[in-house]
Amino acid sequence: MASGRVINLARFLGRAAEPAAAAQSSALQYSTVGGVAAYKLPDLPYDHSALEPVISGEIMELHHKKHHAAYVTNLNKALEEYADAESNKDLQKMISLQSAINFNGGGHINHDIFWTNLCPEKDAAPPSGELLAAIEAKWGSLEKFTATFSAKTAAVQGSGWGWLGLNKETKALEIATCANQDPLAAKGLVPLLGIDVWEHAYYLQYKNVRPDYLKAIWKVVNWENVAQRYKAAKA
Amino acid sequence: MPFTLPPLPYAMDALEPHMSKRTLEFHYGKHHQAYLDNMNKQIAGSELEAKTLEGVVLSSWNNGSPTPVFNNAAQVWNHTFFWENMKPNGGGAPSGKLADAINASFGSLDEFKAQFKNAGATQFGSGWAWLVADKAGKLTVEKTPNAVTPLVEGKTPILTMDVWEHAYYLDVQNRRPDYMNTFVEKLIDWEAVAKRFEAATA
Repeated sequence: MASGRVINLARFLGRAAEPAAAAQSSALQYSTVGGVAAYKLPDLPYDHSALEPVISGEIMELHHKKHHAAYVTNLNKALEEYADAESNKDLQKMISLQSAINFNGGGHINHDIFWTNLCPEKDAAPPSGELLAAIEAKWGSLEKFTATFSAKTAAVQGSGWGWLGLNKETKALEIATCANQDPLAAKGLVPLLGIDVWEHAYYLQYKNVRPDYLKAIWKVVNWENVAQRYKAAKA
Repeated sequence: MPFTLPPLPYAMDALEPHMSKRTLEFHYGKHHQAYLDNMNKQIAGSELEAKTLEGVVLSSWNNGSPTPVFNNAAQVWNHTFFWENMKPNGGGAPSGKLADAINASFGSLDEFKAQFKNAGATQFGSGWAWLVADKAGKLTVEKTPNAVTPLVEGKTPILTMDVWEHAYYLDVQNRRPDYMNTFVEKLIDWEAVAKRFEAATA
């Protein structure tokens, strides 16, 4: 196998986040083509047009093949520069690269989760079993959960994400929002379901009406995937 | 008295082909208007209503712990400023004292453009790129996230570029660099910028 440096993204996300973040970022694909370790853009689990009419094929293509791809490219570039700086013991340079690694690494982690959290409407089914029980215990009903999630996520200022996460300590479900591409793991929560509210996620279709996007997206949430993540997080 | 939006300084299609009518219809007609409507709702019946818009921005900044009013008030201010620094057949180059100041502060107009676009490119997420002047005429490029504006640091902006995705997504989608090039080369109203520079250094 070709050798190459692979930097665990969890290093950049703060000590408290390490266990959750390490589990998350270890799931990201990377290859060592040509001796250089590089993170890889994952394929979508469905065609770009598969989430229509909720999310247009045009948005999915741009979002996946342009935005997510750019996070991966820029992450790899920043990590390569970081590895160089580290081997040259250039601490100033290492520090100056942190924000690019955090931003692009967070973007890669978040979108990697996001694509799996969605599925074609015909394949989507509401949550059941333990996950549903936990949601109902915390919010009273699935409807109250989605309404609360949508309201908090609509209120994100500028760019960011809404998340359903599991608090590793308390084992409780929590709704949280993050700015920009800040990873949820940095808040000590394991990400289960993320909804991107950067304008690029919805603008071509929903324009400025973010609440309409948030109302519609529940039709394509892959609760089976959320349940799998929930089970793994509780383990 | 509730605040109102000043009209756009030009027709909605006047900046074509560099910034589409469709973008202006949403950016001015929906985004800017919504910031204004929401701000008016938030300040109705409060003493903020009696202030100038700048006064509302500074007051709601609350020394770095902004209240919910800030996001709306600052965005009202920022967007009005943004429209005013563009014009049909814009771009070209500044002249006179402003040109001298740019050369003095950046070395050249090209170097200023590079730094300005870099600020826009590295403002991860939503925000603004700014050219700011101090009383002595020294110019600096700054970037701010979301609704934040150099006003809150007591600084005097003379030029701004919106890099929220809604500013360019309908026209160039993810290609923020293309938008920034077009803004710098084809949209800036250098006369408006020069007037602000004059006022800042008076």
